Amino acid sequence: MSKKVGITGNEAIAQAMRIANPDVCGAYPITPATDIMQRFTSFVANCEVKTEMILTESEHSAMSACIGSSVAGGRVATASAAQGIALMWEMLFIASGLRLPIVMGVANRALSAPLNIHGDHSDGMGMRDCGWIHFYSENAQEGFDNMLMAFRIAEHMDIRLPVMVGLDGFITSHSIETMEYVDDETGRAFVGEFKAVNPLLDIKNPKSYGPLILTDMYMEYRKAHDNVMAKVPGVVLEVAAEFEKISGRKYGLFESYRLDDAEIALVVMSSAAGTTKDVIDTYRAKGVKVGLLKPRLYRPFPYEQMGEALKHCKAVAVLDRADCFGGSYGPLFADVSNALYHYAQRPIMINKIYGLGGRDYMPDQAEYTINELIQIAKDGKVKSIKEYIGVRE
Amino acid sequence: MAENVEIRWHGRGGQGTVTAAKVLADACLSGGRDVQAFPEYGPERAGAPLRAYNRISDKELRMHCPVKNPGFVVVVDATLLDAIDVTEGALDNAAFIVNTKKDPKEVRAKLKAKPTQRVVTVDASTIALETIGRAMPNAPMIGTVTRVSGLITLENAVEDVKKSFGKKFSQKIIDGNVEAVKRGYAEVKEG
Amino acid sequence: MKTWKEVNPGAVILEPGSARKFKTGSWRAMRPKWIEENCIHCLLCWVYCPDMSVKVKDGKREQFDYDFCKGCGLCALECPGKKGQKAIVMEQEGN
Repeated sequence: MSKKVGITGNEAIAQAMRIANPDVCGAYPITPATDIMQRFTSFVANCEVKTEMILTESEHSAMSACIGSSVAGGRVATASAAQGIALMWEMLFIASGLRLPIVMGVANRALSAPLNIHGDHSDGMGMRDCGWIHFYSENAQEGFDNMLMAFRIAEHMDIRLPVMVGLDGFITSHSIETMEYVDDETGRAFVGEFKAVNPLLDIKNPKSYGPLILTDMYMEYRKAHDNVMAKVPGVVLEVAAEFEKISGRKYGLFESYRLDDAEIALVVMSSAAGTTKDVIDTYRAKGVKVGLLKPRLYRPFPYEQMGEALKHCKAVAVLDRADCFGGSYGPLFADVSNALYHYAQRPIMINKIYGLGGRDYMPDQAEYTINELIQIAKDGKVKSIKEYIGVRE
Repeated sequence: MAENVEIRWHGRGGQGTVTAAKVLADACLSGGRDVQAFPEYGPERAGAPLRAYNRISDKELRMHCPVKNPGFVVVVDATLLDAIDVTEGALDNAAFIVNTKKDPKEVRAKLKAKPTQRVVTVDASTIALETIGRAMPNAPMIGTVTRVSGLITLENAVEDVKKSFGKKFSQKIIDGNVEAVKRGYAEVKEG
Repeated sequence: MKTWKEVNPGAVILEPGSARKFKTGSWRAMRPKWIEENCIHCLLCWVYCPDMSVKVKDGKREQFDYDFCKGCGLCALECPGKKGQKAIVMEQEGN
């Protein structure tokens, strides 16, 4: 087993890509993900990978290059964030609709305007219904592990879908943290050889990609996509079990922290989940039965499993690092509510919007939320379902 | 050593403060500990005040937010003492480590440090000029922090500076930095 | 028609030249009629046909391939005919 190292989240993603050794990377730089490709291109320049780098003139072209290379029959990876993902949006649907196993590392960042380069989940949430598989990572370790597993899941013969692996821009992407690599040999054996499905470069068997599919067949393809998405959680767990064998690190669809006997719970994604865990420990020491659920696989959303994990709680707070501008609730809140709606007896739910544009999520915000949950569990009174926290009133 | 040590660095852009925090984190890895090193990203301009943080712990580090209550406050540029309150949130037994020619007692008065708090000074800028030839106080500050915090040995710190700077710089500059770390360790004044 | 369980993942078409199976002749409202005695075999109709619906053998034109002719009428328009008599005329489909 490799020894512990102190590295940034971006380096962790780049190292996982190096181990996976993609045939092609189409990329365009954007803060805070630039660093991923900057490091990766040095691996290319030093012949540590056999990757063909395609440096494009925009993210739309970067994803187009990835799509072309994937259709041609290669293992493909890229990285992006924020406005870059927004510009890719059209091509994201094409990547998933063509069932291409492209893997993309994302340093999650806020969207303009106002212009902001810092960490929040607006970019990932903007692409949440593009037909991709989404993972969110708490720290550099999870970023590395998720990225390595992403190749296996994307390229699984029952799946063949693109995968996004997110970690928090700057908070995780640029911080040095302790983590442990999987050594190259073990990692390469785990990821395995790429197996092309219907490659265009197999010129002895000509084929066509991207036909016009009209009213008579379009719904059949969409239903097929929905069906393959339903198979993803099973494959995610299967790959996680194999990964545990080589790394000793255990992963599920989501992480439950002190949740089994909890009366109140917080649902928090990515780096803020770690801070919340420390606060939960202090409340547990005082005898408060509070727990945490940290989503990992965000798309497809594990509705049933999450509903089962949370249904016993009296009150649940969902913390969103993005907002839906429909005068409605945050995206994660909407998903968790869906997961619980079908239970006759379900927790009272509140939604906190936090940390937008990299605003620090401090322990006192977790404390504030837990205190409110304690009160709701006691008297059932909700002052407001949705609230911005850490904002000047 | 306490099981969780939190450090706040105050510097100005271009003084190598972020690098110092990273080198310290890397050196602390040797004991099998968990480390974090991260700057506060603002407008990244030479001369702009900046903060950087370290957490070093025997347990898994899960906090992902700035350090609020540091046990060590490292001031890489003494002119910051007039611009910002570097004592904010510091623990009652915190140590302030300040790069200055001034006497530690004078600095203690300026900081209005509590009797339970330590005030340590080192003339890191002069050491840097004499050893590296540039006013880059980060290397001597690593030496001073090593001594005051007791987190790592001087040998650990020297090895890590060699490793971190070895990738980028000539042997002359590495030797200068190593000498700077050693002098930063040796020339500590407390009051 | 295929069900959702039967469609190829990613809508990839694995059979080369399968467009041949799609007989677009059904789109035709007007039908070109070839009048052989007026034909000088200049093959302008073959040149102008946007599809491949004018069959030619040994330098002589033959009957239309009505499986793919969409009845655009370009061939009839371009046909010089013989002594002012067109070799291709358009007729209403179904008459």
